[in-house]
Amino acid sequence: MRYVDEFRQPELIAKAGEEIRRLADPLRHYRIMEVCGGHTHAIYRFGLKDLLPSNVELIHGPGCPVCVLPMGRIDDGLSVTANPDFIFAAFGDMMRVPGTHGSPLEYKARGMDVRIVYSPSDALKLARRNPEKHVMFFAIGFETTAPSTALTILRAELEGVRNFSVFCNHVTIIPAIRAILDSPDMRLDGFVGPGHVSTVIGCRPYEWIAKREHKPVVVSGFEPLDILQSIVMLLRQLRNGEAKVENQYKRVVPWDGNRAALRAMAEVFELRPYFEWRGLGFISQSALKIRPAYAQWDAEQRFTVPGVRVTDPKAAQCGEVLKGVLKPSQCKLFGRECTPETPIGALMVSSEGSCAAHYNYQHHKPVTIANAVAL
Amino acid sequence: MATPAGKIKFREPQIEMAHGAGGIASRRLVEGLFAPLLFGSATGPLGDAAHIQLNGTRIAVTTDSFVVKPLRFPGSSIGELAINGTVNDLAVSGARAEALVVTYVLEAGLPTDVLEAEVRAMAGAAERAGVRIAGGDTKVVEHGKADNMYITTTGIGRLIPGVSVLADSVRPGDKVLLSGPIGDHGVTILLARGELDMEAEIQSDSRSVLPLIEDLVKAAGAGVRWMRDPTRGGVATSLNELARDCGLAIALFEQAIPVRDAVRGACELLGLDPLHIANEGQFLAVIAPEQADIALQALHATPGGSEARIIGEVREQPPASVFVTTSYGGARLVDMLVGDPLPRIC
Amino acid sequence: MCLAIPGRIVALDSDARNQAVVEVVGVRRKVDLGLLQEESIRPGDWVLIHVGFAMSKISEADAADQIRTLALLGESEAAIEEVRGYGLEDEKHSNNERGAGP
Repeated sequence: MRYVDEFRQPELIAKAGEEIRRLADPLRHYRIMEVCGGHTHAIYRFGLKDLLPSNVELIHGPGCPVCVLPMGRIDDGLSVTANPDFIFAAFGDMMRVPGTHGSPLEYKARGMDVRIVYSPSDALKLARRNPEKHVMFFAIGFETTAPSTALTILRAELEGVRNFSVFCNHVTIIPAIRAILDSPDMRLDGFVGPGHVSTVIGCRPYEWIAKREHKPVVVSGFEPLDILQSIVMLLRQLRNGEAKVENQYKRVVPWDGNRAALRAMAEVFELRPYFEWRGLGFISQSALKIRPAYAQWDAEQRFTVPGVRVTDPKAAQCGEVLKGVLKPSQCKLFGRECTPETPIGALMVSSEGSCAAHYNYQHHKPVTIANAVAL
Repeated sequence: MATPAGKIKFREPQIEMAHGAGGIASRRLVEGLFAPLLFGSATGPLGDAAHIQLNGTRIAVTTDSFVVKPLRFPGSSIGELAINGTVNDLAVSGARAEALVVTYVLEAGLPTDVLEAEVRAMAGAAERAGVRIAGGDTKVVEHGKADNMYITTTGIGRLIPGVSVLADSVRPGDKVLLSGPIGDHGVTILLARGELDMEAEIQSDSRSVLPLIEDLVKAAGAGVRWMRDPTRGGVATSLNELARDCGLAIALFEQAIPVRDAVRGACELLGLDPLHIANEGQFLAVIAPEQADIALQALHATPGGSEARIIGEVREQPPASVFVTTSYGGARLVDMLVGDPLPRIC
Repeated sequence: MCLAIPGRIVALDSDARNQAVVEVVGVRRKVDLGLLQEESIRPGDWVLIHVGFAMSKISEADAADQIRTLALLGESEAAIEEVRGYGLEDEKHSNNERGAGP
């Protein structure tokens, strides 16, 4: 088993597609939100929308940690490393995200030492290898990534690495989902739950969505068969009038989550009272900051950070697209002023932002690919 | 006759890395700044090499510069790339490389044995490619100004009889042929930089594709409509350029695109698409449907061509686009590369 | 948010605790097992990798189970229809079962 190809088998995909068509009530229009940016990307990459009947609509949610990062935070992070003695380290995803005066790659072009890392532990390694410089790791991600940052800080402490700090932008998924459900514009029938976040937090945190909001949640994997099976499971629940949390991604997601990961997070992080989410406004208890005990590795506590607040241009409708109220192509700037090359908002830069996914994979062309494909 | 002053359409205030990545930005720079000022009114689709008339003979000429870090990497080095790259550019324009001239920009402080190794590599590659190095030039710049060395090669060649490569001649129904597995070179370079801490049995595919193209042309001759070597920007960029130039659609079949397992693994880990990754030993050809099978057989029969595949076909709709269909009926558009492919974790 | 890939553990690091080498279709990389301290990880095990850390041990049994379920999609419905057609159901319960679905 390779755990990838098995979940892309064409015959099984066809079966799942048929089952979806069988279960979908032709008199209903289903609006299912997939919360995680990884799901957005997968749906586009595998062309899964082509396999769904027209009355099953997938709505992209705000689970893209790059997309919800306010521009001011990028400016702040880059201001810390403006000195030649500093190295700015971040995942590839951050490199083209525009701050007010440019993206990290553009800062690199102007002489800042900017490095792409695959892992926070690679950033720590950079610090060990460059003792005369300070390495600041610009951390992003939901609960999937936060435990790894936490373990890296613990390791920095254990090894006494002092020329290393983290600029922490980790956010949590539940408050984002709550903000969506609280939004008056939204009408949703169910959720495809974020499979990898759930490897850390488990499936219990979604129970209130089922119990109090009466909407089914199926925690899903990321292969085509995973996503399609999750939709089957959601439609089944909706047909039966049920609303519960189910785990489609059993091979990887433990119902109770990963205790070691949760412990590491609790040890190193605490919740910020509030945090600004691009497009969603201020949400309380929705983001992580490094605890005072680890202040030495917290860039915000060690260095002066301007704390700039940058508002998005009024014409950009990132917020509504993030909440799923608007489709990317409905934003006035989409494809015109705002393209992957000239992104106005982060939704167009991040590879899992719905605007970038839509633009790169499916364009707003009137002729649909499905029509053009006659296999 | 006075040439009217070219009006440039390039509006960006400074040059960024993206302008050299081979994707959309590069194209904007060439079409928006260089073309209007240098190529005057004679701007058709920009190909890999230029064909000029010299006393009744048509000659192909091309130039390419090689900027690579690290200089040496599994399977090849900058010197070899410099020879094969130019030989290949000529080959895909339908020409057999006859002679190359080389310029070096060397960084002060470069160890002589490093330079010697590359020059030896170039000599070896030139001999294997059957091309003469006719001369060159050298400049040395201050330490820190040249990343060890930059090499430029300019090549001239004679057109191979019976072949005419033109985007305009591409028709719906034509088949898209790829000479072998993609992604090897780009992934090799990425891993060789050492920053990602990954190891794999992958090496650069740098080689001269001239023998393959000569056999292809011998077999399919007039059926060869268009060719390109998918270097920076990958197959996606080359095919998008074709789609834009001919206004048609290119439909690729995901299952048919050859990618080595290790390349696939590295791309999965890093969140990269093999279609956007540079290759240095492959070419794309669009062949008339009647000759497609013969063309494929000819490549299979040539040393180094056993992994050639028909990976797609040309269609009418949607215009000027490239898309990939999966074996289960899903489809997605494949766009030109924006900047260099970056690893992602999200 | 979440590019996580299944990889196979090929070697545990003898020097460093909680470090291992994982292989993904021929590509090898060190991963940190610090989040799986409570599990026993052995070479040959498959784990889910995200940013150089192993997030979860992959259950082969659950994966096989899932594939089996998918293969049976549509078939369980068909089987039930067939059984109903034989009229073998208890008359008393037939009203409750109608419309319940699998």
